[in-house]
Amino acid sequence: MVERRGIGTWLTHAGLILGIALICFPIWVAFVASTLSQADLVRPPMPLIPGGHAIANYSEALFTGANAPVWLMLVNSMVMALGITIGKIVISILSAYAIVYFRFPFRMLFFWLIFLTLMLPVEVRIVPTYEVVAGLGLLNSYTGLILPLVASATATFLFRQLFLTIPDELVEAARVDGAGPVRFFIDILLPMSRTNIAALFVILFIYGWNQYLWPLLVTTDPSMNTIVMGIKQMLPTGDDVAKWPVVMATAMLAMLPPVLVVVFMQNLFVKGLVESEK
Amino acid sequence: MEKRVVFNSRWLPYLLVAPQVAVTAIFFFWPAAQAIYQSAFIPDPFGLKTQFVGFGNFEYLFGNAFYRQSFVTTAVFSVLVTVLSMSFALWLAAMADRIIKGSGIYRTLLIWPYAVAPAVAGVLWLFLFNPFTGIISWLLAQYGYTWNHGLNGGQAMTLVVIASAWKQISYNFLFFLAGLQAIPKSVIEAAAIDGASFWKRFWTIVFPLLSPTTFFLLVVNIIYAFFDTFGVIHTITQGGPQQSTTILVYKVFADGFVGQDLGSSAAQSVVLLVLVSLLTVIQFKFIERRVHYG
Repeated sequence: MVERRGIGTWLTHAGLILGIALICFPIWVAFVASTLSQADLVRPPMPLIPGGHAIANYSEALFTGANAPVWLMLVNSMVMALGITIGKIVISILSAYAIVYFRFPFRMLFFWLIFLTLMLPVEVRIVPTYEVVAGLGLLNSYTGLILPLVASATATFLFRQLFLTIPDELVEAARVDGAGPVRFFIDILLPMSRTNIAALFVILFIYGWNQYLWPLLVTTDPSMNTIVMGIKQMLPTGDDVAKWPVVMATAMLAMLPPVLVVVFMQNLFVKGLVESEK
Repeated sequence: MEKRVVFNSRWLPYLLVAPQVAVTAIFFFWPAAQAIYQSAFIPDPFGLKTQFVGFGNFEYLFGNAFYRQSFVTTAVFSVLVTVLSMSFALWLAAMADRIIKGSGIYRTLLIWPYAVAPAVAGVLWLFLFNPFTGIISWLLAQYGYTWNHGLNGGQAMTLVVIASAWKQISYNFLFFLAGLQAIPKSVIEAAAIDGASFWKRFWTIVFPLLSPTTFFLLVVNIIYAFFDTFGVIHTITQGGPQQSTTILVYKVFADGFVGQDLGSSAAQSVVLLVLVSLLTVIQFKFIERRVHYG
């Protein structure tokens, strides 16, 4: 390394701390606001040191909320996020297995069909997709929230790449030992894909949890709202003053699960992020 | 690349791809085909029958000043988000790359905003810039600057750009840091021995070697700004004031669901479809190149 001593190092540290302070500022303010009373907030400037109303605000958010209590929205978000994550991983690993380890008519056609979904994000086809889901009677249901989002070209590619790096000798050995395709998949391929599945799980969980537009469209019944879209419903339209302490408590709760996942599974998260973009 | 050794089964592979293909057919291709089909019709005001208009919806769309304005808004918005987010992230990554002790802590503190949903990011920044109670708008008022993004289009754009860029910094930081760490230190040391200063080394050696990462992030950030920022716009401005923050994705939503203008919304979907396809092709072309670079 070059010139790593003295004033330069301190300047670098100072710069990084400044950058982190800038990035963390909105979260800090949100956290502080979630511990203050409404009266503390309506007269600017608001204090930047936490107050004593945290329990009151968080319990109001959790058990009263706006249209639906936040605990229910958290449950809905969790079901949706896990459903999307597990669904994507399962159907992707199965189709990647078929495409890599079998030769069958229309194999490449299926491959390209899956690939093309990359070009069709939900934002591009919202109205017709909504019509399909409404036509199937899936509005305000977990199935309607989850199923349209479980196709995944990215995850399929990832598993395909992984399978292609697995030596052919393994398949030969398995066949000599009398293992069929199902047995090979369960006993050899799945254990070998463990870390990739875990890394993908972290990324997809965040993706699923943070969905906004789709839940906004398919859940008109407040008891089916997810938390990320539910916060918006807590903001008043027009000139009413929002109950900011409760809104900010809800925002903190909405961030908590995905942030915990990133912080505590950081290495898997980085691995998943880098690999899913290759 | 293909496998030499494969399994034989007549029905198993179909069974394995069936779930994925069913979902893509029902929720991706059928709706996309519907969008293309609907884009050639205008429903009558009662929704009873439709009239074929060919490319009429598209002609109407591109003749519409609001729609053309939405293109400009999207372009301005994406460029600002991309440049702001990437330059801040590069600055942070360049510093983090120089740190040996404590780099793990810095990384942890810098990557977690990735986990914050765009809609939640929108709410956080809305709170900071709330014209009546927000702490930043209060601070600006102390310097005699009035902040009201509900009335001022430029301020509304600034706010959605800041909120969107903020959320994306972590992602860019991670990729820039990985790119910087992949540059062989010997090259930089050689330049240092020849007497090149830190900035000279950065611009003549590090930045060019980083260009594959930079190009890759450019495409990813533009896609992000185009499609994933819906939550930010919807929570902060709802496209206003006077459509000053109505990006294309927001307009499809507003025209299709709020305005119930299905023909136009379908035509807009088709335009977006073409845009995504182009961006995806560029992304893949580029990733091929990245492999060649190593």
